[in-house]
Amino acid sequence: MWRGTVSAAWSTITTLTRRFLETVVPPLVMLALILFVWQILCGRPGATLPAPSVVWAEAGDLVMQPFFDNGPQDIGLGWRVLVSIERVLYGFGLASIVGILLGALVGQSVYAMRGLDPIFQVLRTVPPLAWLPLALAAFRDSNPSAIFVIFITSIWPIIINTAAGIRNIPQDYRNVASVLRLNPLEFFVRIMVPAAAPYIFTGLRIGIGLAWLAIVAAEMLTGGVGIGFFIWDAWNSSRLPDIIVALAYIGLTGFVLDRLVGMIGSIVTHGTTAS
Amino acid sequence: MQRPYLKVDHVSKSFSRGGKTTEVLSDIQLSIARGEFVAIIGHSGCGKSTLLNLVAGLTPVTTGGILLEEREVASPGPDRAIVFQNHSLLPWLTVYANVRLAVDKVHGKKKSRRERHRWTMHNLELVQMAHAKDKRPAEISGGMKQRVGLARALAMEPKVLLLDEPFGALDALTRAHLQDSVMRIHASLGNTVIMITHDVDEAVLLSDRIVMMTNGPAARIGEVLDVSLPRPRERLELAADPVYVHAREEVLRFLYERHHFVEAA
Repeated sequence: MWRGTVSAAWSTITTLTRRFLETVVPPLVMLALILFVWQILCGRPGATLPAPSVVWAEAGDLVMQPFFDNGPQDIGLGWRVLVSIERVLYGFGLASIVGILLGALVGQSVYAMRGLDPIFQVLRTVPPLAWLPLALAAFRDSNPSAIFVIFITSIWPIIINTAAGIRNIPQDYRNVASVLRLNPLEFFVRIMVPAAAPYIFTGLRIGIGLAWLAIVAAEMLTGGVGIGFFIWDAWNSSRLPDIIVALAYIGLTGFVLDRLVGMIGSIVTHGTTAS
Repeated sequence: MQRPYLKVDHVSKSFSRGGKTTEVLSDIQLSIARGEFVAIIGHSGCGKSTLLNLVAGLTPVTTGGILLEEREVASPGPDRAIVFQNHSLLPWLTVYANVRLAVDKVHGKKKSRRERHRWTMHNLELVQMAHAKDKRPAEISGGMKQRVGLARALAMEPKVLLLDEPFGALDALTRAHLQDSVMRIHASLGNTVIMITHDVDEAVLLSDRIVMMTNGPAARIGEVLDVSLPRPRERLELAADPVYVHAREEVLRFLYERHHFVEAA
């Protein structure tokens, strides 16, 4: 009998190992390949961009020590990313609340949709940074302006997807609600939000992606200690290796944020999509 | 004759679309006594589901009126609970939570938390689904979903229980099991039931009266047949019972001789 247990454990270990190899090794191989090509292209004398070896030599400390703190503008990239994430969370959090409520209104009421949908469709095409001057004029401060830009960037996909989700609630669920005589608040909480949750989370996931795209651009213009301003600052002082490290930070953070929202979504919507 | 419990009084229903009006139901008259089990049978597209939706209050009548205990039916409510053909359980809630939602909403003011829990479990036991109370609808079979749908409807203690082709999508064996459950529950609780069906055997086996509908558009009640078989009824014994065989013949003759299905009607 113990032999069966051991062989079962052994097969679990081998499948886990295989899965690890299948998911982790291919991207690592490709990364090595890309670094190699990059090194060849930028390693020659007269190249305009730094090669990986130069980046490592000049900005390796930024990679190895994300959380050092040597005074107001001399802090680790980890801190800068956290400052940017904080702004994103304020703007994105607000956008989630307002977006889901507005989306519910547009999805539920034909008149609200006829009135608001065309306006939303026009406004959502406005590039995030085009809002910045208006925001600066209105708030007279850079931090709330950056948060506003995040808000206005990420709200549209949330509204549009929530509305689509609510329009797609099966008539059966509405019938159940009306037989039970659920009031509008109960209907919103018990039927609308769970039934539209897969759509809502699609909107949230697109929204957080756009928010992260916008914060870097907004911070370049508004200053502060965010990761976006760091890039602008590095450009002004010709520290190209720093910029490349910052890009890696931004990419990885965006990836993590996206996966995080996706993960929360799949936990929350567990079982809602099956019939 | 005593006053009818549920009265469908000269009801017509028309749908308008793009300036064109189609009459689906025409001058329906039906009186149902308390505790009676009535089956409505007809070819698909004859408007029998529309009739049920009118009684449920999910769609408004065009002319005429529906009275339940001499009060007009205007909107949906738990006194006319429905078991839908496609179960309509909320997939994000467990079996227990689906029934509990109805119990909380309908009995929230009258019963304590403990009583509501007991009542939920009682109704799940009634349909033999207490063992699956923590499963989600996606994890149980079609027949089980219908059982839970039935438990949810029964838990509302409706004055009239509406069954909209509840077993139409199930295989024959499962359907027979559920029919037996419905008969058992009807015998012990004495519910007033309206059941939509297109299954002749099901109609004869379960009901006290069979309402046969003509083909649409403008469907009417063609004939009403009393099924005077004593209860409890046993499926196996009935197969050879002359009353059963006769009733079955009557319905079949109505459906296939006088009002045979018209393609694309």
